[in-house]
Amino acid sequence: MSAKPPRSLFTYAVIYLIFLYAPVLLLPLFAFNDSAIIALPLSGFTFHWFGLLWETKALHEALYNSLLIAVVTAIGSTTLGIFAARAAARYEFPGKRGIVGFIMVPLVLPEIIVGVALIVVLIQLGLSLSAWTVIIGHVLICTPFAIAILQSAFNNMDRSLEEASMDLGENKIGTFFRVILPLVTPGIISSLLISFTISLDEFIIAFFLTGTDATLPVYIWSQLRFPARLPAIMALGFLMVLLSFILLLAAEYFRRRANRIAGNPQSSDESIF
Amino acid sequence: MARDQKTEEPIIVINDIEKHFGSVTALDGISLEIRAGEFFSLLGPSGCGKTTLLRMISGFDNPSVGTVFIGGTDMTDVPPNERPTNMVFQSYAIFPHLNVAENVGYGLKKQKLPKEEVDLRVNEALALVDLEGYGQRESHALSGGQRQRVALARALIMKPQVLLLDEPLSALDKKLRDAMQSELCKLQRTVGITFVLVTHDQEEALIMSDRIAVMFDGKIAQLDSPEGLYRRPTSQRVASFIGVMNFIPATVTASTAQTLSLDIDALGKIELPQSAAHRTGDKITIGIRPEMLTVLYDKTDKADHVFNAIIEDTAYYGDMTYYDVRLENSDITATVSMRNTAGRPILDQGDATRVGWGAESITILAED
Ligand SMILES: Nc1ncnc2c1ncn2[C@@H]1O[C@H](COP(=O)(O)OP(=O)(O)O)[C@@H](O)[C@H]1O
Ligand SMILES: [Mg+2]
Repeated sequence: MSAKPPRSLFTYAVIYLIFLYAPVLLLPLFAFNDSAIIALPLSGFTFHWFGLLWETKALHEALYNSLLIAVVTAIGSTTLGIFAARAAARYEFPGKRGIVGFIMVPLVLPEIIVGVALIVVLIQLGLSLSAWTVIIGHVLICTPFAIAILQSAFNNMDRSLEEASMDLGENKIGTFFRVILPLVTPGIISSLLISFTISLDEFIIAFFLTGTDATLPVYIWSQLRFPARLPAIMALGFLMVLLSFILLLAAEYFRRRANRIAGNPQSSDESIF
Repeated sequence: MARDQKTEEPIIVINDIEKHFGSVTALDGISLEIRAGEFFSLLGPSGCGKTTLLRMISGFDNPSVGTVFIGGTDMTDVPPNERPTNMVFQSYAIFPHLNVAENVGYGLKKQKLPKEEVDLRVNEALALVDLEGYGQRESHALSGGQRQRVALARALIMKPQVLLLDEPLSALDKKLRDAMQSELCKLQRTVGITFVLVTHDQEEALIMSDRIAVMFDGKIAQLDSPEGLYRRPTSQRVASFIGVMNFIPATVTASTAQTLSLDIDALGKIELPQSAAHRTGDKITIGIRPEMLTVLYDKTDKADHVFNAIIEDTAYYGDMTYYDVRLENSDITATVSMRNTAGRPILDQGDATRVGWGAESITILAED
């Protein structure tokens, strides 16, 4: 840990980071650039593009759709995650490993496969595409993340804490509210934030399942055809990156706190990201 | 210990219980009575089923077969939160999100007492374990010894009929452990509650308990007072688990209603005032403790019985010296311990010496 990495590795890391983040850094650059054309050199500083966002009606609908989908997805996948994580942490049942592994599969499935598969199934079922079908798809891909986060929160909890509560006269429900919930709450918050962020940024599944209720990423995609609107899209993209970044930081803070409260300081350093 | 104050009424009766985890038999036919007000210990090596037995009493697990009675009531369908027992967990299980006072008062919340009374009882409980003024401390900032006291206070505040302690001292360092041993004894006498202690440390069990059940492989091997266990172990396994014991083969030469005559290998013939559990010709094993053997430094020193031996190894412990000696004309070895009093020499490897012993210090042991 304390040993210095070789110079070549350090250089590699720097190049890697530039490669990763340079495109993202272009967002604020052009979001504040006083020119309708996305090109260097920069011509001046302006808030004009942000003002334009404020005036675009279709954008507001997309934002509303995205927020609705993200909130419902976050609550849905976190609720499912709580059940699954609690079951995996506390109970032994036949085929447990297989079942838990199976729930995690969407984590590695290409989203386009999930999107195509879902659209086929939903249309066969006769459902019309709407924000609700996007929610189904997003819950599917967010639940594995929720389980991963919540499982560490539940697993880190010493079983004898529950038994101590029962031993001191508290019943199962009281024990859940007085011991288990306070100890996993940071994990739950972290799971809500992560699911929310994933849903907010997700494009492929939303694109397939959205019908007429466009989400923000789908709206952005639809605007790319109009070069004149590009700077406003840059401004919107900048805001979304900023929001995602803040949400992820908050989620990581709560995830570490969950581990610390559960008395597991060493595991609070390893992140799932 | 104020043995006379204790009623002989059993508070816990365990009736022939078994516990199976799949193919593992953790408890294999245990019957036990624990008296009200006594300090009772379950002693045995790791994995022998002590924790499992304690969990049967506390209600966290139910026996596969058999019944547990507490205070005369069948506990089969009574959940842990309704049993008159409280537990000090091996990990202490202090609630990390609550401070010391909230931890200690946890069980009172259910009883809907006025706040003043809760505060009063929490402070009393903290005083009992020498933690006055620690109420507002965060629980994660406590040392191991303090966590243990909080766990004790949290259980004692419930005024249980029985306090169950699962290896409460094993996480503490040696000095603190020694101090806590005598404190726990004192505490038990102050509160007058029945204590059931689980430990794998024979010294701890001997020091603290009124009675000890020694467990091996899910069974009780022997149940006796500390002195009884040490002086009259019934099997070789118990004898070697509790302290050090020399085992020597012997043959029964005569057996009557009052006396047992033995021919002990390399030691010679003796006669014991014991009733006839053995028949003439039986091959048995006798045990003798190292401190019951005496090195006779001087040619004129006398003892009831004497054998000649060669010192094979010397282990110096400061206050004591342990000698491994080989008995003359045999391949039997024995351990002899001598207190290092003023002027007493330390013998070296290879020295020849005489060792004295008495017939009354011989224990007859069952084979395992
Ligand atoms: N929940 C369980 N599932 C399976 N086996 C168990 C369980 N609890 C205890 N055992 C087994 O029962 C035996 C006794 O365990 P335990 O009572 O914890 O021993 P001790 O406390 O004396 O060290 C051990 O072999 C242990 O592996
Ligand atoms: Mg144990």
